[in-house]
Amino acid sequence: MSMDIQAPQPMFDTDELVINMGPQHPATHGVLRVVLKLDGERVVDADVIIGYLHRGVEKLCESRDWTQIVLITDRMDYVASATNNLAYCETVEKLMSLEVPRRARYVRTILAELQRLASHLVWLGSHAMDIGAVTVFLYGLRERELILDLFEEFCGARLTYNSMRIGGLPLDIPSGWDKKVLQFCNVMMQKLPEYEVLLTHNRIWLERTREVGVISGPEAIAIGLSGPPLRASGIPRDVRKDEPYAAYDEMQFDIPLGTRGDTYDRYLVRVEEMRQSVRIIRQAIEGIPEGPIVGKVPRLIKPPAGETYHANESPKGEIGYFIASDGKATSPYRFRVRPPSFCNLQALPRLVRGHLVADVIALIGTIDIVLGEVDR
Amino acid sequence: MADENKPETPPATPPAAPPGPPKPAAAGDGGKPVAAKAPAGEGGKPAVPKAPAAKAPAAPPLPPDPPPPAGVEQPAFIQSLLAAFPDAALQIGFWVGDWTVIVGVDRLLDVARFLRDVPVAPFDFCSDVTATDWPARAERRFDIVYCLYSTTERQRVRMKTRVGEQEAVPSVTAIWPAANWLEREVYDMFGVRFAGHPDLRRILMPDDWQGHPECKDYPLEGPGELILESPQEWLRLRQAVEESEIE
Repeated sequence: MSMDIQAPQPMFDTDELVINMGPQHPATHGVLRVVLKLDGERVVDADVIIGYLHRGVEKLCESRDWTQIVLITDRMDYVASATNNLAYCETVEKLMSLEVPRRARYVRTILAELQRLASHLVWLGSHAMDIGAVTVFLYGLRERELILDLFEEFCGARLTYNSMRIGGLPLDIPSGWDKKVLQFCNVMMQKLPEYEVLLTHNRIWLERTREVGVISGPEAIAIGLSGPPLRASGIPRDVRKDEPYAAYDEMQFDIPLGTRGDTYDRYLVRVEEMRQSVRIIRQAIEGIPEGPIVGKVPRLIKPPAGETYHANESPKGEIGYFIASDGKATSPYRFRVRPPSFCNLQALPRLVRGHLVADVIALIGTIDIVLGEVDR
Repeated sequence: MADENKPETPPATPPAAPPGPPKPAAAGDGGKPVAAKAPAGEGGKPAVPKAPAAKAPAAPPLPPDPPPPAGVEQPAFIQSLLAAFPDAALQIGFWVGDWTVIVGVDRLLDVARFLRDVPVAPFDFCSDVTATDWPARAERRFDIVYCLYSTTERQRVRMKTRVGEQEAVPSVTAIWPAANWLEREVYDMFGVRFAGHPDLRRILMPDDWQGHPECKDYPLEGPGELILESPQEWLRLRQAVEESEIE
């Protein structure tokens, strides 16, 4: 007796399904639109559509004074505006060969690291909330509030700081501020284990992040990832170490590296980076020298004709400015930002391929984008 | 796919912002948009920027890429690059510590591939691809700039090439996949085409946008809001628009 065993016929057509996610979607962190091509619940391909927040920052800056641009750079990556200011000011200083006093470089380092903490806290909170851990969001924003208070005391603003000037700083630190920063460092070191207790060994967190969006080191370099996503793939690349700026050459700190290059490693790398930031802040506060806060800056800022590219390590990755001056105008001839969020977001289609729809949310979170910077 | 580039100006009224060209027709490949500026190099001298009779408004000079001063030693990758391409007429620039290699469009891919694989400093990381518009330059007004970084040797170099409006640049996406979106942005903002790019679409501007906003002759302001006092005025305006469309 023989039976014909046939392959089971599919009961339904198995067409690919195209669904649209965003631009208004709570998990896209702003106005990001992703067009997903699905096979069942697996993502076959993704098309990332951006530009909803495009304000023409580069064109705008080409018609503003060199000094006015600091203010516009605030509005790009608005959860990390101090690092944007810093990178811009350093680029102009490089173009003009200006010397920045040591005290200003130390304060800049402190501000940049406080900003890194604030940005990573926002990332941690929103990333965890996307995956379903709401408590971490509240914890993260609670500590970020303390950082915003410190910034408010320093420069009066809580989000868009305008906290740097070409050649130095607009203000010296208020008296007693350094003590408060040290107090905050102690608080931060107490609170960091609280986040880790909630996430690091949490089974749901592990299930959702382990082996999700794996990218190897060479591939991450080729696709242009920078910052924590690149280091999570095991590439020891940090602009703070490789091309030291501000006072980073005088600081002791480690570069945390991942091994697997998945979403969980990117989480671990960022959390460890927060510890290192606290370490840098403590050293900088301890070693802060006396002296002026602004170098010898000409009244009218007019860099000689020439162009340069200068990169910094922002919380998101390598932020670079390519600026050309024609030597005559009081505004840059060409102003270009290398936005880390934009370049990192480029890897999203590569990361989501083959994963489930729910993982797309985790992967958008793990890249850590700010749409204000992606679209400029 | 915003390939339909009609030589039509986006704003209806000539804005006040750019002082020079009467018609802000940056509209990309739409013919001769910079006619007002192009004759900057009148006669035999093509690229002297400060020609007094030129109509170009405060014509910016050529981008300065001064050769390295005598005392500066060339890094090893520059030396091996010059040795490998003796015939490519490479120009080496040095300014505030940055090295620039200026290469013709025809040899761009060769030099790019060499720089990625050169053993003394493999430039495996493409930081940035951008462009600068120098409309005062009679021909080849765009500088395409590639900011490269070597993650092993921690060196930087910029590769630069000059193209005109109608010229296509070979895409480097096969060498550095990171250049994909960056080249799309250059195309969007400047209208420079990249031959061999897998997906050359606009990226920041809407797909049906006309013109390329980062060009220097693109206006800074739009036509503004029209405030109409009466229905008659609206009818008159509509009629004017219809007539202009018939033309």
